[in-house]
Amino acid sequence: MFGTAVIVFREVLEAALIIGILAAATRSVPNRNRWLLGGLAAGLAGSALVAVSTDMISAMASGVGQELLNATILGIAVLMLAWHNIWMTSHGKALAISAKAVGQAIQQGRRENSVLLVVVGLAVLREGSETVLFLYGISASEGAGTSSMLLGGGIGILAGISLGYALYAGLLRVPMRWFFAATGVLVLLLAAGMASQAAHFLIQADVLPSLAAPLWDTSAMLPENSIPGMLLHSLAGYDPRPAGMQLIFYALTLTTIALGMKWAGRPVAQ
Amino acid sequence: MNVSPTLSAACRRAVATALATATTLCVTTTMAADGQYALTIQDHRFQPAELVIPAGTKIRLAVENRDATPEEFESHDLNREKIITGKSTATIYVGPLAPGRYRFFGEYNEKTAQGVIVAQ
Repeated sequence: MFGTAVIVFREVLEAALIIGILAAATRSVPNRNRWLLGGLAAGLAGSALVAVSTDMISAMASGVGQELLNATILGIAVLMLAWHNIWMTSHGKALAISAKAVGQAIQQGRRENSVLLVVVGLAVLREGSETVLFLYGISASEGAGTSSMLLGGGIGILAGISLGYALYAGLLRVPMRWFFAATGVLVLLLAAGMASQAAHFLIQADVLPSLAAPLWDTSAMLPENSIPGMLLHSLAGYDPRPAGMQLIFYALTLTTIALGMKWAGRPVAQ
Repeated sequence: MNVSPTLSAACRRAVATALATATTLCVTTTMAADGQYALTIQDHRFQPAELVIPAGTKIRLAVENRDATPEEFESHDLNREKIITGKSTATIYVGPLAPGRYRFFGEYNEKTAQGVIVAQ
């Protein structure tokens, strides 16, 4: 039961942390909750669909369809997060401080909301389909302990969601002055980590060269399956044995979005 | 206006060089991927549990899951993870590896599904 709880926890945690950060980052966007739930529902429906068709997806592109799908999902999420962060830099401050910008902001908020829907949906889709397959495997295999393993799965789901919610609640306590900077940095790291993971899948599929793998090995110091390692992996894309290509993806995403934010946040001449 | 033909010629040369490099890279990749190895999952166990491969080359690993339930091939040592549904075969590219032992396991049945790749 414990092992099951840990596996499910790990899958749910990643999606829960992404949703927690995004929910906090968009706290001032109108109708946020409806879009958030919409993304969640779409992601769950998509997970079931992906889980059912995993056979077909795996067989695509001479056996590396799974990797290509994952890399595509991550790539779209990175683009969406980049757009979100740059939009928030240019409009977030006005949204929080000045009331006169609200009319215009609501209109743009609608666009921001659809970004929210897509990223949440994609995060749930990726992690959810693995959880669905895993739980299906348990319930399909006969033998003793099935119900206790399903119970473990339930505990894992609850634990993952609780941590995501804790992050959200913690972020809401950050004073408004630092709030946008804090969520901006979190989303930035999230996007860079996703880009590195996308590179990881493309290397595994032999689409990209690894360029020195591993570049370094910190698995003895901070193992990937330890709690801090898992948290750092979900939040900032920590990989104890990264390939050179992953580092390039990480650095490029980080600098591109940071430059975009700097450009969007530049003081406008009056 | 005299400049532009020279420029475009330079561009064409650059593109040609890039293409040639890309082609070389691709050819190398395909040749390295020639080494193919097979693993089987049955009753939540890997067969063989120890697989010897040459160090320093990329190999293509075909993992056949003969169980009815899905399994996730996972290895922290190799930095690989892939779901293999029941009664199906998946392809995983591994390496090039430095000589050594690389542990892998089936994440969904970690107690029994254990194995190691030995690169030498």
